[in-house]
Amino acid sequence: MSEMRNDVLKTVDRIFDEHCAKSARESAEAGEWPAALWQALEEVGLDRAALPEEAGGSGLDFEDAMLALRRSAYRAGPVPLAETMLAGRLLMAAGLAVPHGALTVAPVRSGEQLGFAQGAAGISLSGSAQRVPWGNWCAHAVVAGELSGKAMLGLVSTAGAVRGVEKNLAGEPRTLLEFEAAPLLACAALEDAPARLQAEGALLRSVQMAGALERTLEYSLQYANERIQFGRPIAKFQAIQHMLAQLAGQVAAASAATDAAVEASLLAPETFAVAVAKSRTGEAAGKGAEIAHQVHGAMGYTREHNLHYCTRRLWSWRDEFGNETYWQMRLGQMIATGGADALWPLLTRI
Amino acid sequence: MHEFRFESVRLPVATEVLRREVRAFIASEVAKGAFTPSRNSWTSFDPDFSRKCGERGYIGMRWPMEYGGRERSDLERYVVTEEMLASGAPVGAHWIADRQSGPQILQHGSERAKRMLLPQIAAGTCYFSIGMSEPDSGSDLAAARTRASKAEGGWRISGTKVWTSNAHRTNYLIALARTAPKEEDRHAGMTQFIVDLSHPGVSVRPIHNLYGGHDFNEVVFDESFVPDDMVLGGVGMGWTMVTSELAFERSGPDRFLSTYQLLLESIRAVGADPDARAANEIGRFVAHLATLRRMSTSVAGMLERGAQPTVEAALVKDIGTAFEREIPETFRLLIETEPTLSDGVSYAELLGMAILHAPGFTIRGGTREILRGMIARGLGLR
Repeated sequence: MSEMRNDVLKTVDRIFDEHCAKSARESAEAGEWPAALWQALEEVGLDRAALPEEAGGSGLDFEDAMLALRRSAYRAGPVPLAETMLAGRLLMAAGLAVPHGALTVAPVRSGEQLGFAQGAAGISLSGSAQRVPWGNWCAHAVVAGELSGKAMLGLVSTAGAVRGVEKNLAGEPRTLLEFEAAPLLACAALEDAPARLQAEGALLRSVQMAGALERTLEYSLQYANERIQFGRPIAKFQAIQHMLAQLAGQVAAASAATDAAVEASLLAPETFAVAVAKSRTGEAAGKGAEIAHQVHGAMGYTREHNLHYCTRRLWSWRDEFGNETYWQMRLGQMIATGGADALWPLLTRI
Repeated sequence: MHEFRFESVRLPVATEVLRREVRAFIASEVAKGAFTPSRNSWTSFDPDFSRKCGERGYIGMRWPMEYGGRERSDLERYVVTEEMLASGAPVGAHWIADRQSGPQILQHGSERAKRMLLPQIAAGTCYFSIGMSEPDSGSDLAAARTRASKAEGGWRISGTKVWTSNAHRTNYLIALARTAPKEEDRHAGMTQFIVDLSHPGVSVRPIHNLYGGHDFNEVVFDESFVPDDMVLGGVGMGWTMVTSELAFERSGPDRFLSTYQLLLESIRAVGADPDARAANEIGRFVAHLATLRRMSTSVAGMLERGAQPTVEAALVKDIGTAFEREIPETFRLLIETEPTLSDGVSYAELLGMAILHAPGFTIRGGTREILRGMIARGLGLR
């Protein structure tokens, strides 16, 4: 591992050690903004880590930025880091400036559309978007839509737009935003903006799931080695060993699929690799979480143990920005259209 | 704890040139009618095809020129093997010699063994079998009872090996035998020998598989003589060599492409406009396949760097063989058909072959349970 990558991990770990104790996680779930944690991330520039230096980025390359995101998910950080990175990447792709502070994106549910309209005073936005991540704590949302048949990306203030706050299974806010001719603060054409928003979201959720899965495996190994039953650590039982071997397989596959997608998406999300990653990590999330809980027994079912901070995120993230069925069907249709003979060239990219 | 790391491997440009070359070769062979894309690539035994591969430099690619090799990289070899398997080419005759026997001879063999055998293997004219399992020693390889006793100028081997693929048509077998009595360390006292199968002290009897095919054999050694310079590595080194050999055996594309032809035919059968369920299942298999390929190339990269990715290889095989087995189980429910035995070339026959061969996928080269034990050891649980 390069020195830069090591530094990234150390920095993320230091920040989470200082600002993400159990109490901080619980108060975030109770509805408080984790101000100290977010401020610490901003101070080292991790909120802008996915941007190139000239666009205000911190000088990390995209793969290192994704490593930081993965580690923040490994630490189950209750912050909109993925959303802010995602919004920044989209703004940059559209040639727009990235505002300061936490950012979110909309719409995130497939089938939802926001209306862009050209008026005398500029372009305005109307419509509603459900389950917008962290919408109540982000001053700005990056929105994708169409104007006269052309894909557009815009920036809008969320002030006054928040109509309700739900939570995902991990207790992260998912908000209903409603806009009524809200003026866009900035707007530019961006090819396939809505699809791009969704694919970037799927990529970043895959990275997060890979991180949470890695932690889930570590918790499970630790617990199996410490928990004594029948006079020995349960890790010594073959049944448990085989379950953990299967969990390791799911974690390894999720990592491999995600790394491939990150490498293929340095500048823009590459649909095939992202579809592979979101499908494979989504499946690994469900299967992995199931094994981890079985290994932990009743202890893992309590609020007291930390396992659930990872597994509740896995159970949430796998359904966001397209679940396994959504991406698998897209892959399947892509393959069926190309025909069987095109599959191997597609897999080997030649 | 062992940290799993399937590092990124970017295939060098040279490998892509080679890939095009291999594709063109296979296409011309298919066009000539030399073979029809078979359904069982690395177990289809075709000496003519192996010879052509040898002529083109596709066997023993990594080995030094002086032993008939081409001094190419592990990744180049990887590209050739995956292209062969994906196209269903009949590579079974030279497969074992290229994948594991040859590399073992190159690394541990005597100078005479290297000069005599490697050029023939690379030419596609000399074939090998694996002599590890025995009637009472399968997963528990250290229980092997075949023994070798010192004789004038060599060793005399007696014992029985089973599940020996292709021993009725290969030239040599590498046998794991006990050269010292089993003591406290049950892994000590094992040695590997290159046994000439044409030797009069060796008899080969067929074991038919449930499909009715004859790949397996039982091989009996009766005081078979092996000269000293056909001992592989040092006496007593057998166990270490066998375990490192398995990293090569376990992580390749042969561990997830066994039913690839069925996947392709299923995609054809479903057509350009699949229903939601079919599209979903095809997409899922493609996501798994792309991921497995990534993991497998990563292991090839680690082998190239001289690492010993034993645990990573076990992971690839565990996940890969489960994937191979899922393909027939899924498509039998999507494409209504009754699997059938030998009617020629129909989808129903291809499905039937996959179902009947599938039990072997998660047994050959180390059972799923043995692999999970190895992964658990890598995780620090044993």
